[in-house]
Amino acid sequence: MTTVNPAPATPAGRKPTPPPTSAKHSRPRRGNREWLHGLLMSAPALGGLIAFVGVPFVYAVVLSFYNVRLGSPLEPTFFGIEQYRRLFTDPDMSGPFLRALVNNLTFAVVVVPVQTGLALGLAILLNRKLKAIGLFRSLFFLPVVFPMALVAVIWRLILARSGDGLLNSTLDTVSFGHWGAFDWLGDGLTAMASIIVLSIWQGVGFQMVILLAGLQQIPGELYEAAELDRASRWQQFRHVTLPGIRGTLVFVAMLTSVLSFRVFDQVYVLVKGGGLDEDATRTVMYQAVTTAFDQNNIGQASAITVVFFLIVVALTLIQRRAVGTGNED
Amino acid sequence: MAQTRTPLRRLLDYAVLSVLAFIFVLPVLYLIVGSFKPSDQVLDGLSGFLPTHLSLDNYTAVLDSFNSDATGYFWRFMGISLLLSTVVVLGGMIINSMAAYGLARLRWKGQRAVFGIVLLLMLVPFEAVAVPLFYMFNDQRNTIYIQAIPFIANAFSIYQFATFFRAIPPSIEEAARIDGAGPWRTFFAIIVPMSKPVFASVAILTFLTQWGSFLWPVLMVSDPAVRPLPLEMSVFQGQMPVDWGQVLAFGVLLVLPVLIVFAFFQRWFVQGVASSAVKG
Repeated sequence: MTTVNPAPATPAGRKPTPPPTSAKHSRPRRGNREWLHGLLMSAPALGGLIAFVGVPFVYAVVLSFYNVRLGSPLEPTFFGIEQYRRLFTDPDMSGPFLRALVNNLTFAVVVVPVQTGLALGLAILLNRKLKAIGLFRSLFFLPVVFPMALVAVIWRLILARSGDGLLNSTLDTVSFGHWGAFDWLGDGLTAMASIIVLSIWQGVGFQMVILLAGLQQIPGELYEAAELDRASRWQQFRHVTLPGIRGTLVFVAMLTSVLSFRVFDQVYVLVKGGGLDEDATRTVMYQAVTTAFDQNNIGQASAITVVFFLIVVALTLIQRRAVGTGNED
Repeated sequence: MAQTRTPLRRLLDYAVLSVLAFIFVLPVLYLIVGSFKPSDQVLDGLSGFLPTHLSLDNYTAVLDSFNSDATGYFWRFMGISLLLSTVVVLGGMIINSMAAYGLARLRWKGQRAVFGIVLLLMLVPFEAVAVPLFYMFNDQRNTIYIQAIPFIANAFSIYQFATFFRAIPPSIEEAARIDGAGPWRTFFAIIVPMSKPVFASVAILTFLTQWGSFLWPVLMVSDPAVRPLPLEMSVFQGQMPVDWGQVLAFGVLLVLPVLIVFAFFQRWFVQGVASSAVKG
């Protein structure tokens, strides 16, 4: 590509020529070259995005209108909106799917406020000048680096249904034997709660760090001024801290709600090998994967995927909006 | 916070933080202690948590028992994961940073539209294309390359790079241009060296995501010969009877590389996460 190089090097020592006024004239030519370079530089990544995000996404929409079965000798047949109709009205399919939607919503409705609140508390607690504060920050961030497949296994042990599970035996000891063994993962009532707890444990450090960065951008003078005005700590929190990180807080909450719709790993690992109640914890992604993979029903799984995407886009748009207004003040 | 703190208050701070941190890292301690215990003592009530009878047996067992074509080879799983992460991280840093520069700093017709499309693609989570991708590449299952290639180009990385590049004063590029450097040289010789923080944070976030990657391997990989670690972890813990000591030792080995990276790049790690929140 060296031949495309602009203006064959000005002889050394000679003053670089283009006087300010000629800049305007040379712009169109430079623009032409930049077109080539810009496109060449972007080409590999753009190609990848088109091939592995753009095309499959359009393909998902197309597949959702067909009856496609993996490994079936029959040609896919056009199905119209049948897949969507079944998803919402055919009891055999809409049952698990709607359950997955409700589970996803439950997960998000609990995780978003609880995890964000917890992260904010931790961030405030860790936003002090203390010795070894870095160590504490690292400890709370630690689970973030744990792959979810491993997190699920650790918690499978903690929540084990036998009396030997860590949680059960702790409760047994604390209650002097009054608390019997309980099947936390297998019981429909606590299965989702278990998934929520381990997900928050793994994810809260991520939000904490973002909020900590937000807190540190609040000028210290604001607190000094508040103190001169004899504002209590609660008043300082309400009138200085909260407004100061409002944008960050909204961003974090919306990011979490989008992420919470993508829940899959922990549910899959624990259902497949950990005695997790499948019906109480199946999520939209879990439903899509099992439909595609276990039932070989690609058309149906694609329809689930499209619905999933629409939900995520809706959440993201709300996020953009909210963050946008949060930034203005 | 600029409050003056009495020694008593500081002590209280430490006490609160220590108790919280202890509760918080309990599961990690449980993992580590359990990995050194005989399997029948891992799931043993509260005593499963106490470090009695520690030995390296589980680790040697994991490394030995995963040593046949039937069980797979532990180092092979590890190697696959390392290879995939390296390819995705390095490849991604090169092509995504180039694209970000081409889109954010070079001016050409249609550049805004193309950049807009990239930002739009950022909205598509991998989960939303997993099923059609799985169908498209069904005949490539159980290959190594299909596990890495779809993840190299990444709209979010491009966005992170672009945000950083946009904050660089244009005078720097103008100076390079006057010296006769073309866009490529300007990028590789001047922009890249001054953009270490964003390269570090993108690399770390990509590594973290790729190392823990699970959904795609679940769909595409059944052959132990090309299985990455997290998938093998879930297969291993699902086999009856579960050998808990070994499962936990396996888990420690799974997270160890990330912990090492975390320990070395701790500051960047945290910065990387924090800067991922920088919105534009």
